Amino acid sequence: MRLTNSEKAMLDGSEGRAVQKAMELLVRYGEALGAERLVDTNNVCGAVTAPSPWKLEIAKKRGVEYGLHAGFSEMNLDSDEVINVPRVKVYTCQLIQQFGPDTASLHDGSREMLDLQKQADGFFGSRGIHIMATCTPYQVGNVPVKGEHCAWMESSAVVYCNSVLGARTNTEGTESTGAASLTGKIPYWGYHLPENRFGTHLVEVEVPVEDMMDWGLIGYYVGEIVQNEIPVLRGQISQPELIKLKHFGAAASSSGGVEMYHIPGVTPEAPSVEAAFGPRQPVQTLRYGKEERRIAYENLNSSAKDRKVDFVMLGCPHDSIEQVWQAARQLEGKRLHPGTELWIHTPRALRELADRSGYTKIIEEAGGHILSDSCPAISRMMPRGTRVVATDSAKQAHYLPAITGVQTWFGSLKDCIDAALTGTWSGGLP
Amino acid sequence: MIVLHGRKVVGGSTQGEALVTKETISGWGGIDPQTGTIIELRHELRGQSFKDKILVFPGAKGSSGWSSFFHRARLAGAAPRGMIFNKMTTKIALGAVVTHSPAVTDLDQDPLKVIETGDWVEIDADQGIVKVTKRQERPAG
Repeated sequence: MRLTNSEKAMLDGSEGRAVQKAMELLVRYGEALGAERLVDTNNVCGAVTAPSPWKLEIAKKRGVEYGLHAGFSEMNLDSDEVINVPRVKVYTCQLIQQFGPDTASLHDGSREMLDLQKQADGFFGSRGIHIMATCTPYQVGNVPVKGEHCAWMESSAVVYCNSVLGARTNTEGTESTGAASLTGKIPYWGYHLPENRFGTHLVEVEVPVEDMMDWGLIGYYVGEIVQNEIPVLRGQISQPELIKLKHFGAAASSSGGVEMYHIPGVTPEAPSVEAAFGPRQPVQTLRYGKEERRIAYENLNSSAKDRKVDFVMLGCPHDSIEQVWQAARQLEGKRLHPGTELWIHTPRALRELADRSGYTKIIEEAGGHILSDSCPAISRMMPRGTRVVATDSAKQAHYLPAITGVQTWFGSLKDCIDAALTGTWSGGLP
Repeated sequence: MIVLHGRKVVGGSTQGEALVTKETISGWGGIDPQTGTIIELRHELRGQSFKDKILVFPGAKGSSGWSSFFHRARLAGAAPRGMIFNKMTTKIALGAVVTHSPAVTDLDQDPLKVIETGDWVEIDADQGIVKVTKRQERPAG
C-alpha cells in the first residue's frame, strides 16, 4: 500500500504509540483488502464503550487494574499491548451499546455491567467520542453529506449512509473504526470508489410496496438473493420516508449483506435506472411478486409456533420520534395484557423529545417502557421469562431466535400492539 | 494432491481438516464465539464448530460485528486454524486480520468446488498456495 509522508510518520510513531498501533492495523487491513492507499475521513461511527465479561477478562489477563484501556487496545486496535487511550483525532460517534443503570428494574442484567456502561460513557466521552448510543446516528444529527468519506459500523447505518445519503462508507468493524478515530484514515477500497457504487441486480417490484411491513419484507427477500451486491428497485414502489428506508436497509443487510441499493427517482445517485447501473449491465433481474413476499414472510416467522406472546419489541433500528408517536397513539387509554411486556427503543436524544411531547407518559401509563442505548439482540436482555417475542422489525426477527433461542413473530406495528394488548399473536400476511 | 494458487490475506502457514460451506457466514448473530459454533437458524452448518478447522466458505455477511466476533473467537481459543474464501469484503478482510490465522483468497480454482469437508488442507499464505489432500486419499487413522 502507498502511504503519504504523514501516514508514514504515524506508522513510525511520531504521534505516539496509540496512533502507531492504529496505523499498523490499517496497513494490515488495507493490504488484506488489496487497497492501494488510505483516504481521509472526518466521520467515524464505531463501538468502543460497551462493557462485557470478556473485556474484563482481557484486562485481567493483561494484569491491569483499569480495564477500559486494555479493552480498547485489544478490541479497537487489535493490540495485546495495553495502550492508554488518547483523545480521538476526528469526529467520532459511539453507536448502539449496552443498557445503562436506568433499565435495571426491567431485566436480569448484571448491575455491575450496567454501572460499567455508565463509567465507560464518561471515559470515552472525555476522549471526544460522542455517546450517541444508537444504531441510527443519522436520526440524531450525524448526517454526512453526499460524497463524504466515512468509516461507519452498524450494517443498517452503513446501507443508509451509502444509499439514502450518498456518502461513502464500507461496513467497518470495531477495530477499523477504532484505528480510524485515532488517525482520520480508512482504506480507500470498495464503496469509497465511485466505480463500485453502480447497481448489479434489477428488482422488478410487481406487488405494491407501501407500508412499513412491505418494506421489511422486500428488504429481507432481496438481501437473501443478492447477498453483498447492489440491487436497483423499480416498479410498484410508493414514495418512501426515512423510516421505511431505515427498515428496508436493515432487513436487506441482515438476510444478505447489502451495503448499497438504488431506488431510481428516490436515492441520490440514481436519477434514473440507467444512471443507477452506469456502465454495468444487470447480472440478474429478479421478480418480487406475491409469492416472493410470502416466502419472505414465512422465513421471518419460521421460529414462531406459540401464539401466546410474552414480549413485544419495537424499535429496531431505533425508532424515530414519529414511530414512538404511532405506538403511543395506538396505546393511549389502554392497558397491556398482564404478563406481556412492551419495550420501545429509541435514541436517548429522541427519548428527550418523547418525554417532552408526552408520549413517554402515554406509553408508560399503558404499561410499556421506552428504552435507549441498546436493544434485546445487542444486549441479550429481555423481560424475565421471555419465550415468545413479537416485533415489527425484520432485522430483530432474523437475529433474536438465533442469538437467544426465543420464538419470534414478525408483523406490522398494529399486529405487535394488538399482541401487547391481548397477549396473543393474531398477525398474518394481508 | 491438488494445488491451488491465490493471494495472501493474512500471512503464515497452517494445516488442518477442512470445514466447507457454500453459504456465507454471519459473525455477530451467526456464531457463538466461545465455541466457534455456527448458530444461524437456517444455515447448513448450524450446530457445527470451525474451531481448529480450515474454514472454506464464500465470504461474510450480516452485521458489522463480524470482525469482533471472530476476534473474540480467537481470544477464546475457538478460531479457525485458517480461512479460505472467495468474495472479498471489508467484513472478512478485517475479520481475518484480527483472527490472526493464515488466510487466502482469489484462488485459481473455486475452493468450494475443489475442497470438501474432511479433506486435509495446507495453507502457505505468504506464497498464496493451498494444498488439498482428498479425504479418501488420506492414510487411515
